[in-house]
Amino acid sequence: MPVAVEGIYGLVAEFETPSELVYAAKAAHDAGWRRMDCYTPYPVEEAAEAIGFHKNKVPLLTLVGGLMGLCAMFTFETWVSVLAYPLNIGGRPLYSWPAFIVPAYEWTILFAGLSAAFGMLALNGLPSLYHPLFNAPNFRTGATDDKFFLCLEALDPKFDLLETRAFLESFTPNSVVEVNY
Amino acid sequence: MATKEIVTANAGLDPKTGEFRVIAQGFSFKSVTQKIADIVLAPQGTLGWLMFFSIAGSVATLLLVAVTWLFLKGTGIWAVTQPVAWGFAIINFVWWIGIGHAGTLISAILLLFKQSWRNSINRFAEAMTIFAVVCAGMFPLIHVGRPWVAYWMLPLPVSMNIWPQFRSPLLWDVFAVSTYATISVVFWYIGLIPDLGTLRDRAQSKFAQFCYGVFSLGWRGSVRHWMRYETASLLLAGLATPLVLSVHTVISFDFAVAVLPGWHTTIFPPYFVAGAVYSGFAMVLTLAIPLRKVFGLEGLVTDRHIDNMGKVMLATGGIVAYGYGMEVFMAWYSASHWEYFMMWNRMFGPMGWSYWVLIFCNIAFPLTTLWSRKLRTNISFMFLISIIVNIGMWFERFVIVVTSLYRDFLPSSWGTYRATKWDYMTYIGTLGLFTTLFLLFVRFLPMIPMNEIKMMLPSAKVKEKAEQAAGAGD
Repeated sequence: MPVAVEGIYGLVAEFETPSELVYAAKAAHDAGWRRMDCYTPYPVEEAAEAIGFHKNKVPLLTLVGGLMGLCAMFTFETWVSVLAYPLNIGGRPLYSWPAFIVPAYEWTILFAGLSAAFGMLALNGLPSLYHPLFNAPNFRTGATDDKFFLCLEALDPKFDLLETRAFLESFTPNSVVEVNY
Repeated sequence: MATKEIVTANAGLDPKTGEFRVIAQGFSFKSVTQKIADIVLAPQGTLGWLMFFSIAGSVATLLLVAVTWLFLKGTGIWAVTQPVAWGFAIINFVWWIGIGHAGTLISAILLLFKQSWRNSINRFAEAMTIFAVVCAGMFPLIHVGRPWVAYWMLPLPVSMNIWPQFRSPLLWDVFAVSTYATISVVFWYIGLIPDLGTLRDRAQSKFAQFCYGVFSLGWRGSVRHWMRYETASLLLAGLATPLVLSVHTVISFDFAVAVLPGWHTTIFPPYFVAGAVYSGFAMVLTLAIPLRKVFGLEGLVTDRHIDNMGKVMLATGGIVAYGYGMEVFMAWYSASHWEYFMMWNRMFGPMGWSYWVLIFCNIAFPLTTLWSRKLRTNISFMFLISIIVNIGMWFERFVIVVTSLYRDFLPSSWGTYRATKWDYMTYIGTLGLFTTLFLLFVRFLPMIPMNEIKMMLPSAKVKEKAEQAAGAGD
C-alpha cells in the first residue's frame, strides 16, 4: 500500500488540448482515482463529468435564498402596513397584498442572486489567495491561459511518487510536475 | 452557384451558413488571452487615453458643480414647478436606466437563449449597465429636495418610527432600482473573477499582481469550481431576466398609476421595457464601434455583432412604434375629451416639435433603414443611427413627462417648461461621469470575457479518443 509523501500536494500533468485532458482524467477516474482535479482556462464540462463531478448545490442555495427573501419582505410589508404604521388612504384595506407583491418580488430576486453568487464562492472555498498549485512552475502561466492540467493528489490512497508519475506520463503530457506545499 | 463564390470570397463570412462569422478566423487560446489582456497590461496610446480621460473628467466636474449648487440652493434652480413638476431629473433617470437594460439583456437573456455571439460584447455592455445605473440613481436622490435625508425612503426603524408606504410605486422603484444595481454589480463581478485570475498570472508588476490577485479571490480554474460557476452564472442570468423586465415595468408604474392623460395607460410596461432595450442597444453600438476601432478588436467584435444588434433594434423599435400607435389610437378610441386633447396638444401644441423629433429619431429614420443588411453592416451608418436613437429615446421621455403635464385639465393653470442651465449642466455632467467611468473600465479591466471567447473557438471542442490525430495515452 503506497503512502502519501510528506510535503507534496500531488503531481500535475500539463496537456495541450482539452481532449487529451478529458481522456487522461477519465482514464484516471476509471482506474480508481478520487482525490483529483482538472484545471482549465475556461469551463470544460466533459472534464468535470470525467472526474465524476455531476451535480452541485448552487441551485438549492439559490432556491432557499430566494424563498427567504420573499417571505422576509412580504411579512415585513404586512407588519408595517397592518400593525406598525397603518395608513388609512381612502378607506382601502390595510392588508392590500397585491401592492406588496412588487417589493417582495424584488427581494426574492435579490436574495436568490446573492445566494447564487456568494454560495458559489463559498462552495468553491474562495477567496483563498494561496493554493499549493500556484507553486508549480508551469501552472500560473498556463492554467488561466491556454494549457489544461490534471492533478492527482497525494491524499489519494493510490498515490505513489514514481508509479503515479509513470501513470501520468503514459498519456504523453507536455510535462509532469511535483506540486509542493 | 454565383452566390456561393461571393460568399467564400469574403473572409468575414462563414462559407457553411453564409452568415457573418462571430469571431474572425485564426484565433487560438493564446492569442485571445494576449489580445485582450495586453490592452490592460501593456497599454498603448496612453497619451490619447489620458486626453480623453481629462476631457471626460472635466465634463463630469460640471455635475459636481451643478449638484453642489443644487444642495446649496434647492431644487428651485431647476425648471421644475407647477404644472411641470417632473422635469429633467425624471427624464434623465428613465433614460439612463433604459440604457442600462441592454447590458442586462445581453448578459442574461441572450445567455439563456444560448446566443453565443453575445460573449464578445457582454462584458462591456454589463459595465455600461452599471455606470448607467450609477448615473440614473443619482437623479431621484438629488431630486428629493433634502438629499441628506434620502435614506428615509428605506424602511429603517431609525426614521422617527415612520414607515414607508408600501402601496406607492415610488417606493417600489426604490426596491427595483436598488436590487437591479446590486444584482448587476454582482453578476458583473462574478463574470470578471476568472479573467482577473488571467491578469494576475500575466501581470509583470508586483502591484498589479497583488491587486488582480486579491480581486480574483485566488481563482485557479478547477473544473469543480467552473461547474459551480457556470451554474451560478446561469441562475443569475435566469434571475436577472425577470428583474430587468420588472425594473422598467415598475418605472412605468410611476407614470401609469397616476390618473393623468398621457400617463394612465396599460401599454406602458411593455412599451417602456422595449424602449429601454432599444436605447440600450443603441448605446452599446455607440460604445462598441469606437472601442473595436481604437483597440483593434474587429476580429472579436465582428460585423456579425453590429448586424445582430441592428436586428434587435429593429425588433424593439417595432414594439416602440406599436406603443406610440396605440397611444394615439387609445386617445381617439377612449372618446375621453382629456385624452384626445392631450394627444392633439402633444402633436400640434407649442411643444409639438419634440413629438416629431421623437417620431423621426425613433421610427421614421431607423425603422425604414435598418431593414437593409447593407446598411446594418455599414459601420459609420450604424454609429450615426445609434446616436440618433439615443437622442430619440431621450425625447420620448421628454414627451411623456413634459407634454403630458404642461397643459392639464384647467386652462388657467397651463404653463410651459424651459430647462435652466443647471438642468443642462447636470445632464451633461452625467454624460461625462459615464464616459469617465467607462474609460477607467477599459483601461484597468478586461473589456471582453476571455474565458467565454475561448469556449467558442474550434479548438475548444472536446473530441473522442478515436478522433484524436495523435495516439496519446496508453
